[in-house]
Amino acid sequence: MKDATPINLLTGFLGSGKTTLLQRLLTDPAMASAAVLINEFGEVGLDHHLLDRIDDNVVLMKSGCICCTVRGEIADALLGLHSQRARGEIPWFDRVVIETTGLADPFPALSTIQSHPVLRSHFSIANVVTTVDAVNGQNQLADRLEAVRQVGAADVVVITKTDLADEARTADLRAALTRLNPTARQVIAAEAASDDFIASSTALRAEGWEGHAAHDHDHHHHHHHDTADAKIRSFAITVDGPVDWTAFGVWLTMLLNRHGDRIFRVKGILNVAGEDRPVAVHGVQRLVHAPVHMSGWPDASRQSRIVFIVDDLDPARIEASFHVFNRLSEKVLSHRASGCLEGATPR
Amino acid sequence: MCSLCGILGCDDHWTSAVARPGVYTRNTDRLSRRREAADRMKFANAVLSPRRISVSEWQGTSYVLSNPTGRTQIFDSLAHLWPEAETMAGREFDPLDPIYLEQLKALS
Repeated sequence: MKDATPINLLTGFLGSGKTTLLQRLLTDPAMASAAVLINEFGEVGLDHHLLDRIDDNVVLMKSGCICCTVRGEIADALLGLHSQRARGEIPWFDRVVIETTGLADPFPALSTIQSHPVLRSHFSIANVVTTVDAVNGQNQLADRLEAVRQVGAADVVVITKTDLADEARTADLRAALTRLNPTARQVIAAEAASDDFIASSTALRAEGWEGHAAHDHDHHHHHHHDTADAKIRSFAITVDGPVDWTAFGVWLTMLLNRHGDRIFRVKGILNVAGEDRPVAVHGVQRLVHAPVHMSGWPDASRQSRIVFIVDDLDPARIEASFHVFNRLSEKVLSHRASGCLEGATPR
Repeated sequence: MCSLCGILGCDDHWTSAVARPGVYTRNTDRLSRRREAADRMKFANAVLSPRRISVSEWQGTSYVLSNPTGRTQIFDSLAHLWPEAETMAGREFDPLDPIYLEQLKALS
């Protein structure tokens, strides 16, 4: 199958420097053949040969499942780009960058790309890049849930305006970002390179897994007890034994159906029963990307590790629930353990 | 078609992703696809059982939920299993509900 065109979603709160970052990155030769979709023309001008505007017109409201959360305008813009490219009406592009509005939750855009019947065959989400302003970032994270959701969805967080903030402020912000989303890579805007866009999150580089669990019960940075991010936390579940894939799928689907609004992020590396290599699972709110079969384990422990970023959900309950489902699989799907798989008659 | 919102072609789910390079899926050859589907139905029925609902695959393309009074509901995607099951049961399937978890523990 032909490779899908990667999409980078660039998000970040109002005035956090999305366009400035994009403007600089587009000058890099590696980004020369990227098509750019923006939501609004801001104060910073962009000069790029493949620049199109998304009109914010149609939004189908969600009613419970991810395919109901489709942003019509993003779908139309991408379909337009795809057919124009196929007909040779526009220069060839091998990547799309979508800049969302500053107040947007990135989830509808992600679900549109993943669940649209045509788009999902032609485009894939490479990563979510979120800009956070070093001067105002802390306050925005404290006051605005959108800002927290943007950071929660990020694969890469680009910290902007560090030249305007003192070092202590930037360090505080970085600690807060780590607490909110330990799975995201943090980059200072001045040092950001096109590699940050080009790298695919689905590759899930092994080094990204180190130290996640260390942030598990880190409460050192609770500066804002009465604010939007006070109840938001990340934690990791670690599992020693193998994970049953079928039970995990049913469990996570049920969990996200009921609590997807409060689960900003799920990122896991699983020791799936019967598999030598780990499986990476990666989701944002109700949306779970196609699982990735990794090439090898990042360490010798072979422990399954699932990182969650949640809003006011009890980590102990999530962990207990996981174990109930995983244990139930031993009983319900016992034919696997007894090695009589070959004799099983599929219905 | 999505039975909730009417969008067409919404029949895939991450647990049975289309086989592509690098993607982990058991949706590869006929045998493993059927075996995984059978196991999934078996497990889903176990976790549905505390609410007396059952699910089965229908023609390999859809799913049918039914309850003891004979009500049935057809849907196309596993993504809709839990919203549909909640509608039929008239209550939530919450994997964090301690009472529900106790019911599941009693099964194993």
